[in-house]
Amino acid sequence: MFSKIITLIIKELQSLWRDKKSRGILIIMPLVQLFVFSLAATLEVKNVNIAVINNDRGSISQDLIEKFRGSNTFQKIYYLKNYNEAADYINTQKVIAVMSFQQNFSRKVLKGEPAEVQVILDGRKSNTSQIVYGYINRILDGFNSETADKFNMSKIENSVITRTWFNPNNEYIWFTVPGLLGILILTLALVITGLSIARERELGTFDQLLVSPIQPFEILIGKTVPGLIAGMAEAIIMIPLAVLIFKIPFTGSFWLLILSVFVFLLSVIGIGLFISSIAKTQQQAILGSFMFTSPSIVLSGFATPIENMPVWLQHLTLLNPLRYFITISKGIFLKDLPFDVVMANLIPMFLISIVTLTGAAAFFRRRLE
Amino acid sequence: MKAVVIKRLKGLIIKETFQIFRDPSSLMIAFLLPTMLLFLYGFGLSLDIQKLKIGIVMEDTGVEVQSLVKSYTNSKYFDVKTSTDRHVFKKQLTSGEINGIIVIPQDFSKSLKKENDTPKIQIITDGSDPNTANFVQNYATGAWSNWQSQKAVTDKQKTQQLISSRPRFWFNPELESRRFLVPGSLGIILSISGTLLTSLVIAREWERGTMEALMSTPVSIFEILAGKIVPYFILGMISAYVLVFVSILLFDLPFKASFLMLSLTCCVFLFSALGLGLFISSIAKNQFVAAQISLFVGLLPAFLLSGFLFEIASMPKPMQIITMLIPARHFVSNMQTLFLTGDVPALLFPNIFKMFLIGLFLFLITAKKTVKRLD
Repeated sequence: MFSKIITLIIKELQSLWRDKKSRGILIIMPLVQLFVFSLAATLEVKNVNIAVINNDRGSISQDLIEKFRGSNTFQKIYYLKNYNEAADYINTQKVIAVMSFQQNFSRKVLKGEPAEVQVILDGRKSNTSQIVYGYINRILDGFNSETADKFNMSKIENSVITRTWFNPNNEYIWFTVPGLLGILILTLALVITGLSIARERELGTFDQLLVSPIQPFEILIGKTVPGLIAGMAEAIIMIPLAVLIFKIPFTGSFWLLILSVFVFLLSVIGIGLFISSIAKTQQQAILGSFMFTSPSIVLSGFATPIENMPVWLQHLTLLNPLRYFITISKGIFLKDLPFDVVMANLIPMFLISIVTLTGAAAFFRRRLE
Repeated sequence: MKAVVIKRLKGLIIKETFQIFRDPSSLMIAFLLPTMLLFLYGFGLSLDIQKLKIGIVMEDTGVEVQSLVKSYTNSKYFDVKTSTDRHVFKKQLTSGEINGIIVIPQDFSKSLKKENDTPKIQIITDGSDPNTANFVQNYATGAWSNWQSQKAVTDKQKTQQLISSRPRFWFNPELESRRFLVPGSLGIILSISGTLLTSLVIAREWERGTMEALMSTPVSIFEILAGKIVPYFILGMISAYVLVFVSILLFDLPFKASFLMLSLTCCVFLFSALGLGLFISSIAKNQFVAAQISLFVGLLPAFLLSGFLFEIASMPKPMQIITMLIPARHFVSNMQTLFLTGDVPALLFPNIFKMFLIGLFLFLITAKKTVKRLD
C-alpha cells in the first residue's frame, strides 16, 4: 500500500516539476515576492514632499523650515506664493501637506506670544497624512523647546518616555516579513493542491487514475503530500533568509515554528483539496482559490489590524488559519512567544485542519460514487 | 475585405460570449467575485482605530494619579485596565491581549508637588505591530498632554505651547480610512477579475488545442485577440460601473468627478488589465501556469504596490520604478481623486496616458509573440 502511495506522490511531484515554467514559478516567484513585498509593504512614511507658504518676514519661520530639511521623512520642500498654488500642488498630489505662516509669525514668537502654523493635508491618504502631521508636531515640539532655551522663555517640559518593545526602532519590515511568510506559503500550497484534481479531471486523466487499483484515500494522500513538501521547503528556505538578509531577530523556538508551518499547511491543503474536488474545471478551481486567498489575507490582520474591523467580521476571522499562523510567526520571530500562547493559536489551526481535511475526503468520496 | 473582417470578428465575439455564458464561473469571476471582494475590502480593511486596549500600571495611587487614570478611562480611544504590578501586563502585551502599557511611576505625586520638577510617565508599545504602536504612542501622549494642560489651567500656570499647529484635512475631514481604501480597492478588484479572466480564457484554448483549430481558419491573429478581448472588455466595464455604484450606496462615499472622466479612466485601465491577461496567457499556454502568474503578478502587486494601502513614496527607489509598471497604481490614484476631489486634469490625464502606454506595450508584445505558429 505504501509503495503505491509513494509512487503516486512521485508522479505528482514529477508533474509539478516537469513543466519548466511551473518549476520556475514554484521556486523563483515566492522568493522574488518575499524581496519585493517586504521592501514595499510599509505603512511608514518616508520621502514625502511638502510645501510652505511663507508670508512671514522674520527669521523664525526660516529656522523652523530648516528643521524639516534634515529629516528623512521629507524629501522636497516647495515654496509657494498663495493658496491657489497650494490647492494645485495638493490636488495633483505633488505634496502631501502645505504649511503656511502668517505675516507676524516671527514677531509673535519673539514676543513670547503663542503663534500658529496652519497645515493643510491631503485626506485622500488619511493614514499617511495623519502620520505626517504627527511628524510635523514632533518637529514643532523640538523647535519650541530650542527656541525657549535660546530666548530664555519658560516652556512645557517633555515628560513622556516611550519604549517600543520587541522592535526598538519600530521598523515596519519586522512586522511584514513574518506575515509574508504565511501569505506566501498559503498561496503556494493552495495553488498546488487547488488545481491538482481539477486539472486531471479536465484533461481526462482522472478517470485513468480511478480505474487503476488505487484507493480514493490513497489518491487523496498522493495529492496532499506534494503541497506539504513544497510548503515546508519554502518555509525552511525563507526563515533563514528573513534572519540573514532582512535582519529580523529570531527569538523563539525554530521547531515550534516548523510545527506551526506543518499544521498551517494541513489546514490550507484541506481547503485546497475541498475546492479541487468541487470544481468541474480548472477555471472554477482557480476561482475558488481566489475566493479563499483574498479574504484570508484581508482577515488575517496583515493588511490592517483585526481590532479595527466590525465585531461580526472579527468573529469571522476566527475561522481563518492565516490569522493564527501570522500571530505565531510574528510572535516566534519577535517576541519569544511563550509555549502556552503558541498552543492557544496552534490548537484552533489544528481543529480547522481536521475539519477541512475530513470535509475534503468526504466530499471527494461522494464525488466518486 | 473590411466587411469580411467585421463579419468574422462578429462571429468570434458571439462565440466567445456563448462560452462565457456556458461556464458560469466566468460570470462569477466578472460579477460575484468583484462584489464579494468589495464587501470584504470595504468592511474588513480599516486603519481607523476603534479602541486601543491599554494597561495602566499605577505604582503610585495618589489623588492626581486617580484623576489621570480617569482621563484615560473617559477617553473614547482607550479600553483601560489597571494594576499596581507591571508584570501582569507584560505577559498580556506579549500575547497581544493589550496594545500598550502606561507606567505611572512611584514618585509621580511627589514630583508633581515640587517646584521645578515635572512628573514623567512611561508609554510602552508593542512593536510587532508598528502602525498600532505609533497610534498608541500618539494618542496616549495626546491624552497625557490634555491632562497636563487642564491641570495647568486649574493651577493657573503657563499652558500654551509657543508654536502650535492647526491641521485641516482636505477631501476627508473625518479622516475615515474607508474613504480612500474603497476607491483604491476597486483597482485591485478590477485587476483581479480583468487579468485573471483573460489569461485563463486564452490559456484554456491553448491547453485544449482549440487555439490551433482557430489558427487553421483564415482569421488573423489580430482578429482572434480582438474577438477574445471585446466581450471581456464589455463585461469589465459593466462590473466597473456596478462597483462604483455599489460603493457610493453601501459605503456612503462622495463622488466628486464627472461620469465622463470615470468612464475614460475605467476604459483605459481595463485596456491595460486585459492586455496583461493576454500577455500572461501567451507565455503560459496552460491554465495552471496562467493562474499562478496572474496571482503573482496580478493580485499581490495590485494589493501591495498600487499605493492603495502602502505609501509609494516610502518605498525604496527601485521599487518605486517597478510600481510605475503596474496599471493598478495609476488607476488607484485616479479613483481616489475621482471619488474625493473631483476632475483634476493635471493628475488624471497623465495617469490615463501611462496606463494607455502600458496597455499598448502589452498588446504589441503579445501580438508579436503570438504569431500564428504552432510550437
